[in-house]
Amino acid sequence: MLQNEKLEKYLIVKKEMLAKSCVRLTIRCPEIAKKASAGQFAHVRANGFMLRRPISISEIDKEEGTIRLVFEVRGEGTAVIAELRAGDTIDMLAPLGNGFTLEKGKKVVLLGGGIGTPPMLEVAKFYGADATVITGFRSASAVILQDDFKKTGANVVLCTDDGTAGEHGFVTAPLARVLEEGNVDLVCACGPNGMLKGVVSLAKEHGVSCEVSLEERMGCGVGACLVCACKSVKNGEEYYARVCKDGPVFNAEEVML
Amino acid sequence: MADLSVKMAGVPFKNPIIPASGTFGFGREYTDYYPVSVLGGMSLKGTTLHQRAGNPPPRIAETPSGMLNSVGLQNPGIDAFLAHELPLIANEDTVKIANVAGSTVEDCEEIARKLEGTAIDMIELNISCPNVKQGGVAFGVDPKMAGAVTRAVRENTTKPLMVKLSPNVTDITEIARAVEAEGADAVSLINTLLGMRIDINTRRPILKNNTGGMSGPAVFPIALRMVWQVANAVKIPVSGMGGVSTWKDAVEMMMAGATTVQIGAALFQNPMAPVEIIEGMNAWLDEQGIQSVSEIIGSVRPW
Ligand SMILES: Cc1cc2nc3c(=O)[nH]c(=O)nc-3n(C[C@H](O)[C@H](O)[C@H](O)COP(=O)(O)OP(=O)(O)OC[C@H]3O[C@@H](n4cnc5c(N)ncnc54)[C@H](O)[C@@H]3O)c2cc1C
Ligand SMILES: Cc1cc2nc3c(=O)[nH]c(=O)nc-3n(C[C@H](O)[C@H](O)[C@H](O)COP(=O)(O)O)c2cc1C
Ligand code: FES
Repeated sequence: MLQNEKLEKYLIVKKEMLAKSCVRLTIRCPEIAKKASAGQFAHVRANGFMLRRPISISEIDKEEGTIRLVFEVRGEGTAVIAELRAGDTIDMLAPLGNGFTLEKGKKVVLLGGGIGTPPMLEVAKFYGADATVITGFRSASAVILQDDFKKTGANVVLCTDDGTAGEHGFVTAPLARVLEEGNVDLVCACGPNGMLKGVVSLAKEHGVSCEVSLEERMGCGVGACLVCACKSVKNGEEYYARVCKDGPVFNAEEVML
Repeated sequence: MADLSVKMAGVPFKNPIIPASGTFGFGREYTDYYPVSVLGGMSLKGTTLHQRAGNPPPRIAETPSGMLNSVGLQNPGIDAFLAHELPLIANEDTVKIANVAGSTVEDCEEIARKLEGTAIDMIELNISCPNVKQGGVAFGVDPKMAGAVTRAVRENTTKPLMVKLSPNVTDITEIARAVEAEGADAVSLINTLLGMRIDINTRRPILKNNTGGMSGPAVFPIALRMVWQVANAVKIPVSGMGGVSTWKDAVEMMMAGATTVQIGAALFQNPMAPVEIIEGMNAWLDEQGIQSVSEIIGSVRPW
């Protein structure tokens, strides 16, 4: 009678280190994989901690029945999750929230900043050659997922803040170039707020619609507690939307960054 | 299968377990996990006369075995609640409790009048929210004010009236006696304890509101002690909450004198907590050969 499938613990089938303190877990969870869509997230239990940690779903393999999470050790909770190994189980609620627009035929630019890059991978897989992927990192040592992005067939551009890999500078410079060329239907971005602001204003300037994935501290993760507030506008009225349920992906027009 | 049903303020509950206000939305967010009909009741998000935007984020901070929140009663207002939220749950077979908050006595009266004739089974008057500047806890820390607002709502409702008490007082039994004297049919406690966390790198409080309400397992012993004191001080039934996360905690709450038990922050770690608590309690009662859960209410044997 009780549908607690979402609450089972799931088997970690593979663990990889993508960079220093950047972990990729491949998790067997056929029911979740079946339902999940690019841009949704998992709310992951960190043993010994009260609150779960939200982590974006980076890849979904519906045939294999697996999803991948890529995360960076930031504090104590992510450090505990990073101790999990292949063969261990992970406790997560997923898939939660809503994802990016996926519409065949659209020409898209996908932007990822730092640890905001992983969720763009599943979006890139969907759009393939119709996507330009621009990712930015602090420096060469933090760069992740470039080969994975290339495999999707997308046009891939890499930037680093310090010029140690790819283009020297922020993702907004190559974005401006691509938008100048025209023929872009949608811009999707995930990364730090400063980057998102730059991306949103460029997209607006060129009249291209834009979707952003936001972060906020969470409690329930399912829309019940209202702690994950993000200032939004609807019909000219300001209100606090819920990042976990109304997002994490928002139309840039609706949110105030 | 033991008899899990209890009666509180004349209202029959199929079991004593109720998700607490503010942690269960308006009753629709957890339906992917279980139907609300398995619950004894549900206490809905605190509702004010007019819409409230709530406080700026961050609104949550983690603490050892607990958390702080500073939501600040974000809600769509009573009219929008009645028009858009209540109809969606009106036919659910569980006790529906409206959590009412107001910045003035008049606001509380008006909300109570608007709830007359609706599918709401019971009112929980929140005189204890620490996250709003007016009303809220201001009513809850002064026995005279607490009594006055209880009386005002009492005179404007025919529904069973439960008053939710603040733990941020010197003597909670004094407030409990005051609201009992002015017509409360039950009391619920505890609301959150006022707390704070600071990010040492930025020297900024983690919560944008600076302070917030603490809840979760860390507050359980304090909540239990207060429930016990209040249950001994008043004749009306007590709905106990604060840090309950396992069926054993719920049994302790009931032994301390609670007729029903509310579950809040535990839901965030484990959405199945209310259901697991109901099942765990039932198994324990069977194992103990106790026929009815109501037998354990107030059954603690103090030294
Ligand atoms: C929708 C969403 C998707 C995310 N996806 C990813 C991802 O794919 N990879 C990744 O590495 N990180 C991701 N994050 C950020 C990740 O949730 C935080 O880095 C993590 O919660 C930090 O936990 P901690 O215990 O290590 O840090 P601490 O600072 O010790 O955490 C303390 C508390 O603050 C919360 N918190 C701290 N930083 C953040 C943050 N940036 N966002 C939300 N809550 C935070 C924690 O969850 C915890 O409750 C995502 C966040 C959100 C909201
Ligand atoms: C995010 C959050 C929001 C809350 N909102 C309300 C509210 O609107 N009205 C209310 O009476 N109590 C509210 N509370 C308090 C809870 O109902 C409960 O009294 C308290 O959290 C203690 O229980 P717990 O430790 O099980 O969470 C809220 C608690 C949390 C964590
Ligand atoms: S985390 Fe509870 S509403 Fe978003």
